[in-house]
Amino acid sequence: MLDMRKIALSPRARLTYAGTGKFKTSCISVNLITPLRRETAAANALIARTLRRGSAGHPDMGSISEALDELYGARIEYTVRKKGEYQCVGFYADFIDDDFAPGGERILERVSSLLGEMLLAPRTRGGFLYEPHTDGERANLIDEIRAAINDKRSYARDALLKNMCAGEAYGINVLGGESEAAELTARSLTAQYRHLIDASRVEVVYCGSAEPERAEQALRDALGTLPRSAAPELPGTEILLTPPAPAPRRFTETLDVTQGKLALGFRLGDTMLAPDYAAMAVFNAAFGGSVSSKLFLNVREKLSLCYYASSAIDRHKGVMLVSSGVEFKNFERAYDEILAQLGAIRSGDLSDWEFLSAKRAVVTSRLAALDSPGGVASECFDQAIAGIEYTPEEFATLAEAVTREAIIEIANNAALDSAYFMNGRRGAGHTGEGTEDEE
Amino acid sequence: MKSKGYGAIREQVYSDRLPNGMPVFVVKKSGFYKSYAFFATDYGGADRRFKYGGEWIDTPEGVAHFLEHKMFDTEDGNALVTLSANGAQPNAFTSGGITAYHFESTEKFEENLKILLEFVSVPYFTEESVKKEQGIIGQEIRMSEDDPDYAVYYGLMKLLFRSNPARDSVAGTIESIAEITGETLYRCHKIFYNPSNMCLVVAGDVEPESVFGIAKKVLTAPRGAVPERDYGEPESRAPAGVRAEAKMEVSEPQFMLGASAGWPERGETRLRCELTGGLAAELIAGESSPLYIRLYSEGLIKSDFTGVFESVAGIAYTLFGGSSPNPDRVLAEIKDEIRRVLSPQARVGAEALLDRVKKAEYGCRIRSLDSFPRVCSGAAEACFGGYDFFAAADILRGITAAEVFDFISENMKPENFALSVVSPGTAKPAPGL
Repeated sequence: MLDMRKIALSPRARLTYAGTGKFKTSCISVNLITPLRRETAAANALIARTLRRGSAGHPDMGSISEALDELYGARIEYTVRKKGEYQCVGFYADFIDDDFAPGGERILERVSSLLGEMLLAPRTRGGFLYEPHTDGERANLIDEIRAAINDKRSYARDALLKNMCAGEAYGINVLGGESEAAELTARSLTAQYRHLIDASRVEVVYCGSAEPERAEQALRDALGTLPRSAAPELPGTEILLTPPAPAPRRFTETLDVTQGKLALGFRLGDTMLAPDYAAMAVFNAAFGGSVSSKLFLNVREKLSLCYYASSAIDRHKGVMLVSSGVEFKNFERAYDEILAQLGAIRSGDLSDWEFLSAKRAVVTSRLAALDSPGGVASECFDQAIAGIEYTPEEFATLAEAVTREAIIEIANNAALDSAYFMNGRRGAGHTGEGTEDEE
Repeated sequence: MKSKGYGAIREQVYSDRLPNGMPVFVVKKSGFYKSYAFFATDYGGADRRFKYGGEWIDTPEGVAHFLEHKMFDTEDGNALVTLSANGAQPNAFTSGGITAYHFESTEKFEENLKILLEFVSVPYFTEESVKKEQGIIGQEIRMSEDDPDYAVYYGLMKLLFRSNPARDSVAGTIESIAEITGETLYRCHKIFYNPSNMCLVVAGDVEPESVFGIAKKVLTAPRGAVPERDYGEPESRAPAGVRAEAKMEVSEPQFMLGASAGWPERGETRLRCELTGGLAAELIAGESSPLYIRLYSEGLIKSDFTGVFESVAGIAYTLFGGSSPNPDRVLAEIKDEIRRVLSPQARVGAEALLDRVKKAEYGCRIRSLDSFPRVCSGAAEACFGGYDFFAAADILRGITAAEVFDFISENMKPENFALSVVSPGTAKPAPGL
């Protein structure tokens, strides 16, 4: 069992404390939460990278690496994450529990302090973030934005969302755009850094064996220079209950690939009026989120159309994404079969074992997530963002109680918004030429 | 079962052999929701030529992996489905060296363990089900053909080695898997899935004796033999080629560079060599090294840059990889750094860095013990390799600077390096050109 507590570190910073002695690793996650906007996404992503390059006390990568090595290979990495329509930037640290330090050192305090210093006391020159670092990381950020194409599977999902949610903040790349990134300077970045610190809500998670008072003190000390005032109210994530176009939209792109990629985006509709997250999770496991799902057993196992066909729900946004890799000539068959499987659930065609397996998958994965420090940190953070107050254990209990009717209703509320096809240059493909032409 | 405690890392490991000789390990973990079982055979993608009934047999590329997919089929249906309905999350993988079936579950662990051991022991294929799997694996192969990481890795393997089967993709090719029949699969199962070539590792809050009892009850096959394999002619340390380049739809050049190393003997030597090789890679170009910091600052490498030492199927190698605007420069810099580190003037600085790197590696090993999959796969590899996985943290602390420098001068000779690159461009001409 985890000892879970919410502790106010300041009017704007909240700590989720997850105490447990079962791990050899402890972790800290510090997140600045800010609206995802086209104008600031690249800057925020660049700030995170730049802060990792050097702080006032540890001015370069060499001195940071040295400090981390001395802490038995502790890691402090920047994070840039999209949660609904929030951009969350900060640091994630993991390090051996004090119990395992051969010299009996207190590691928690030292890692917290270094993390706090990297976040709040950056290396500067002439009052601005250190220019050689902002310049170097700007180039790296642009490379990373471009590198999305290297992984075709995730690229297909991103391309679908970019098109499907073109008018929504959700469609914005969490790393920002290349052209916005290219314009950033040490000066403009410094202004945005101050704004980010001033205007963000701060969510902190600690998972480890330290007593709550000790963890709280270590993090208070580390984050002591955060503004004392409450953070300004943040707008919530905008949820479209229905697709904006009357018929599903289609987007096609042609790349030099040997396998086609198919991605379908759905809106969850009225389900999002009063979201039952446990039912959504069970529905997803039944439809395409597990090896006992409709998509796995039919699109893959029965028709052998693909190696993977899976679904995932973003519960913050009320969007479901299905993705698969198929031969170009099988695009329409796979597309039809995915919709047919959703249709099957809508009409109540969900056997006892399918329903049971889906619940088991949700319960197992939720509880199993609590068996790794990173899993605990990510569950706690996700719940903090969604404003969920129950524990993951309680969530598992809620999943047990989900009814078949609730699953069918979610399937009925879901509406296909957009489809994305990644075509190959070598013919035999889907209709449509050029890049991202709407049919 | 015998119980052994490892004080510094706080692990308690139970082990014993079944009457038919198969080793069983239980890593007792308290306070966890899930338990995890890992059932492995010492049979991977590189085990393509072996002795059976006194004769050498050649099998197509991709059999071990194909077999892994097909083992889930049972006479009554599909073990994935049975395990899922019972609350387990099952999966499997095949590497160059081993095939493993595993699941985690937070309930009915013992029932699920029984299902796992049963379905892996009893093959059931039909010509129809084999045909159907060719479609699924065909798509898995197509997917990897579009993956630049996969392309640079196998590109490098083909530069470093001339005939070793680890040069070829574990999954095989569309053509090679078309040759696989039910008969091939039955035969390979019979040869490699025997108690003398397998092991079971369980981690979790479980009762070691009951795990052992279940294994003993289900796994009643008679003692078998460790199959003799042929990995081809002994490989020279000099690479077969020094540079290869392929074009793909990528944003900037992706690369992997490395050098062939000596194959470490079975036993603790192998573990010590793996750890020493890892330290050597860190010392030359790890995140704390002067080279990494300089190349990163110059934009020549990115945070995706890594270095590792690996051994499989009679070969071993050190490799470094990532993305770079100029992989050839990175190669030249790494060769220079190796020469520099080995020079007497650099010795003192390198030794100081090594002390730090060892400390960091020690912490990294401790942290990795929280991952059940890593603990179980590590223990299974160790079982097949004849060493004690849980001794790693202790052995690591005892590795001397001299050992690391010897490793570098022996196994990272600048002239033995080769470079594989995937750069942006069009892979193949359009049809008709």
